[in-house]
Amino acid sequence: MNRRIAFRNARLIDPASGLDAKGGLLVENGVIVDVGPRLFNDAEPNDPEVIDCRGLVLAPGLIDCRVFTGEPGGEHRESLESASMAAAAGGVTSMVVMPNTDPVIDEPSLVDFLLRRAAATAKVRVLPCAALTRGLLGETMTEIGLLQEAGAIGFSDGDRSIANARVLRRALSYAATFNALVIGHAEDPELVLNASATEGEFATRLGLPAAPAIAEAMIVERDIRLVELTGARYHFGQISTRAALEAVAAAKARGLPVTCGVSAHHLMLNELDVGAYLTFRKVRPPLRSEADRAAMVEGVASGMIDAIVSSHEPQGADTKRQPFASAAAGTVGLETLLAAALSLVHEGHASLSHVLGTMTAAPARIFGLPTGTLARGAPADLVLIDTGEPFVVDAEKLHSRARNTAFEGRKFQGRARATYVGGECVFDAR
Amino acid sequence: MTSPDATPILKSSHLLGIEGLSPFQITALLDLAETYVVQGRATDKKTALLKGRTLINLFFESSTRTQSSFELAGKRLGADVMNMSIKTSSVAKGETLIDTASTLNAMRPDILVVRHQDAGAAELLSRKLDCSVINAGDGAHEHPTQALLDALTIRRRLGGFEGLVVAICGDVLHSRVARSNLRLLSMMGARVRLVAPRTLLPCDAERFGVEIYTDMKAGLAGADIVMMLRLQLERMSGAFVPSAREYFRFYGLDRAKLAHAKPGALVMHPGPMNRGVEIASDIADDVQVSLIAEQVEMGVAIRMAILDALSRGLS
Repeated sequence: MNRRIAFRNARLIDPASGLDAKGGLLVENGVIVDVGPRLFNDAEPNDPEVIDCRGLVLAPGLIDCRVFTGEPGGEHRESLESASMAAAAGGVTSMVVMPNTDPVIDEPSLVDFLLRRAAATAKVRVLPCAALTRGLLGETMTEIGLLQEAGAIGFSDGDRSIANARVLRRALSYAATFNALVIGHAEDPELVLNASATEGEFATRLGLPAAPAIAEAMIVERDIRLVELTGARYHFGQISTRAALEAVAAAKARGLPVTCGVSAHHLMLNELDVGAYLTFRKVRPPLRSEADRAAMVEGVASGMIDAIVSSHEPQGADTKRQPFASAAAGTVGLETLLAAALSLVHEGHASLSHVLGTMTAAPARIFGLPTGTLARGAPADLVLIDTGEPFVVDAEKLHSRARNTAFEGRKFQGRARATYVGGECVFDAR
Repeated sequence: MTSPDATPILKSSHLLGIEGLSPFQITALLDLAETYVVQGRATDKKTALLKGRTLINLFFESSTRTQSSFELAGKRLGADVMNMSIKTSSVAKGETLIDTASTLNAMRPDILVVRHQDAGAAELLSRKLDCSVINAGDGAHEHPTQALLDALTIRRRLGGFEGLVVAICGDVLHSRVARSNLRLLSMMGARVRLVAPRTLLPCDAERFGVEIYTDMKAGLAGADIVMMLRLQLERMSGAFVPSAREYFRFYGLDRAKLAHAKPGALVMHPGPMNRGVEIASDIADDVQVSLIAEQVEMGVAIRMAILDALSRGLS
């Protein structure tokens, strides 16, 4: 028996095709089988399940390209299941998870484990990244071919940069052999050692150990040279400075296979938001100057930054309730990604379709996914969005097991009302 | 005893690489080697062509087959053969290569066979010594006698080189065997392919007029000869290749991958083999497809031919 769900009276937005129109969408057995402005106009659908969207936005489910969970090894902070509940509540239908777990995901059997755990417990799709170097030590490359066969969709040392250019050169070269995507973190490890803020007047006033913002661009520029040498596909997981953005833009202009993301918090917050040592706003890379923050917004608007990501990084009270320099970095973000991104629309920086594209069509293109679109034949990963609904971020109401949000108390406008993965409703707040 | 044709085959008194040889010279060497194949299979394997001559095997890297092959070739031609290896030489005590050369020169050898870990070592010795120098492998540069014995093996099986598709697979980056072979085979009209992960391919390899493949199945498609290269153990633990099991999965020659080559395709390996790393045991041992044992036999014959050819220029 075919299971059909009819969505009617929606504002359909499909950034992949440029569609932005009122209309309907029909799902059959988890797959989008029809979509368009005229669908269900003439006749009411007589399907067993009809969802009246009442003019809300119906868009492809979001793909978050940068998520850290605690599974395996740190389930007290976040499991795949709890992260997936946060994702579903945030309209995220696919999470690209980083390999920085305990043990590190650097063995084909661990990729297999992660996929099985996800299938058994997670409400949304989990797309595992495997480590690029064994144990994330930056010394020897992992079994990229076997890991790819096991289901790894990218290779990354997560929040670590590979210091040794010879090691990275060979890893990129080897990755290119398998056309594997490498996701890099851009912070010169020695320059940022022990730093918890961006060097500048504010960090000096607070007396915080700080590192210069160029620590990012230095690695971006080095890695781009190595991409040019090796031909590897390379995605900068997140950048946060104008200098890095300019380097990426120059690389793209030269036709190199380079893409980049930016975190929601680097779009919304600057270094001053650390205020009186708010450890929930200690992130990696650290919050930047207002000029760099504005450059990130501009980069998203111009399309030079491909993806907006949450960089969801759960931490517990044990690791966050510390003096700023000793506290762990990271903020949760799966549930606030959409709202933060929508701020750019409300502030007039970019169109709704463009902003949604950074979390749907662009990640799908970077990772080669069939999702991130409303096209016929695509998996029915969908999010119903009320772009106008105001709310105040309340850590106590988050679905995530960890509550370390950098946006506590922030007023946002727009959130997910319902989320579907493969046609299954995984979140419903209509 | 002299060979029937007394015109010199080699213009130089040294054999330092395939580079510098002409197709004509290569063909002449292979033709000459054919007579030594016959001699090697006879009951009396010995002649007196090099009677009274001294051949020194100077090996700075360990070798089993090349060194013994040269030793046997020299002895079958009646030369006195002395083997010097790094462990017993004064190089181990800190002597420079030039000093070693001067010392050896004073012993008045006629032919020096040298293997050294550095590219250009044979060339350097050839300029400092009065005798003929044969390069038995210098770094990742050349191993001309290996390429010639491979050519002899191929020509005896397939009759020639024109239009043959030869896939050289594995650690091309560090391989002198690959460099000499691709020079020789391209010169003789074969289509050479290099098959390896990008980490094991030298920069600008395509400039040699070869086709580059990183997918082994595609690289083997339609190949007449599959030439496997040895992958050193120290290179398969993360620096160039992540692991032996991954290497075998994607670049090890097994039945499934060999099935993509031309039906009846033949397999070669310069040895020593890493079974289960670059080649599956059942292929290495299958006399229907493996030429590995034949390569060793041809090695002695081609080295006799080279010694013969060089000796014609000796005063």
